[in-house]
Amino acid sequence: MNITTKEKPVELAIQARQLNLWYGTFQALFEVDLNIKKGMITSLIGPSGCGKSTFLRSINRINERLGYVRISGRVEVFDQDIYAPEVELIQLRKQVGMVFQRPNPLPTSIRENVLFGHKLHNSKSGSRAEQDEIVESALQQVLLWDKVKDRLHHKATKLSLEEQQKLCIARLLPVKPGVLLMDEPCSALDPKGTEAVEELIWELRGKYSILIVTHNMAQARRASEECIFMLMGKVVEHSLTSQMFVTPAQQETADYIEGRYG
Amino acid sequence: MFAATELNRKNQRTEKLVRILFVLMAGLLILPVLIILTTLVYKGGGILSIDFLFTHPTNGMTEGGILPALLGTIWLVVVALLISVPLGIAAAIYLSEYAPDNWGTRLINLAIINLAGVPSIVHALFGLGAFVIFFEFGTSILAASLTLAIMTLPVVIVATRESLQAVPHAFREACWNMGATRWQTIRRVVLPNAISGILTGVILEVSRSAGETAPIMFTGAVFFSPFLPQGVMDQTMAMSLHLFVVSTQVPNVPEDLPYGVALVLIGMVLIMNSVSIAFRMHLRGKKKW
Repeated sequence: MNITTKEKPVELAIQARQLNLWYGTFQALFEVDLNIKKGMITSLIGPSGCGKSTFLRSINRINERLGYVRISGRVEVFDQDIYAPEVELIQLRKQVGMVFQRPNPLPTSIRENVLFGHKLHNSKSGSRAEQDEIVESALQQVLLWDKVKDRLHHKATKLSLEEQQKLCIARLLPVKPGVLLMDEPCSALDPKGTEAVEELIWELRGKYSILIVTHNMAQARRASEECIFMLMGKVVEHSLTSQMFVTPAQQETADYIEGRYG
Repeated sequence: MFAATELNRKNQRTEKLVRILFVLMAGLLILPVLIILTTLVYKGGGILSIDFLFTHPTNGMTEGGILPALLGTIWLVVVALLISVPLGIAAAIYLSEYAPDNWGTRLINLAIINLAGVPSIVHALFGLGAFVIFFEFGTSILAASLTLAIMTLPVVIVATRESLQAVPHAFREACWNMGATRWQTIRRVVLPNAISGILTGVILEVSRSAGETAPIMFTGAVFFSPFLPQGVMDQTMAMSLHLFVVSTQVPNVPEDLPYGVALVLIGMVLIMNSVSIAFRMHLRGKKKW
């Protein structure tokens, strides 16, 4: 199921081992075993309710807030068990950033949005010049700097949805996360916005390990290097994107890709 | 083919009638306010003067001004606010942002609803028993303001809780996912966006505290005092009680005096309300999502 690599051992960003997850009595994940490689874009596809978002949310442990979530098994981020008792959620969420379906910039200025995480995680927020540099670097990385550099004090909520989504990605970068989780990051955007955000995600490849949940198979195909297909809470197939869409190893994968369900 | 039938016309007529009825009912609301204000201005406007506001009552309260009552009401309202605003906001933050949905929380909510429904005279007797007698504050501004504070607490809590709830959940999600603690989220994002709604609650409280008579008459307000209050342990005169006294308890009061007192009381409340409303609009103008 997993890709066999003959070359030097690859570094892993996320490893799941025998991960089971229950919402109350409903089991959403079954024995999930995954190795997600560092610096790569991996997409998670599958029909609604297959557990892909649940898996994503168990990597920054945001699921737990619901209160009735129970898990067994292990999840490691950069070789550290994130469910170990000594794990500080604040540090985990600093390392593992999350982008949502609907862009959710905070109702402050563009600048304050970018600096928000930085200010949360540093007791001193740095000089004006340092802050300027952080803002510019983050916005440069998300290809937004040229568009907004003259209006950093404008309300972030006044930006277009595409720009808002880019800002939401930029907002994560100042605290130097290793992993970016994206839960259908383009589904609220129009085709042009989708293209722009996909382009950006592709740009971020290598610097961050990115895991994207998507409903859009064309997007998975265009914008990811590896692809995971899930069905009914189980991982069916995990392979190179190019391979999965041409010669899927499993019949279920083929059926889904060809649109027979989902 | 598209011509109106008899039924259409009938429905249209009803529609018009109903609409007029609703407009009238809504319009009626303005009427009492207008009547009260014009009556007060007409009958009590003549007595208003700087002297009226800043001198003591004389000659058995049939002449002179209202200074001790005016200052007393300000004391009572300010001290009540100092107690109930921090308490109410803290309670509302807990209920909105932290409280799990369990029987304990439901009990607190039930208590708030019941507290709002307790008649003010019952609050007065509670204040008398608890603050004046049990805590030995005596009849004092402190006891009266505590009573007012408890009485108006539900208003502050409910208004604050509702304005906190009105801040979109997505903002909290965004913060939590960036590793913000609950308090960081509340302080940096939720509170700044809820502040205009919270102010509304405070405005309502000010108006209510300034006008209440029953809760203060056993706990801190007196018929007549030749002295101005110097601190929270003093007794004081108050506008609402003074109005009651000069209207019903003192013989030979000139007719315009009670109207003048009422006019000042209403004016105080209106001025405080307009300042807060202006401030609120200023804040709301800055907030956008």
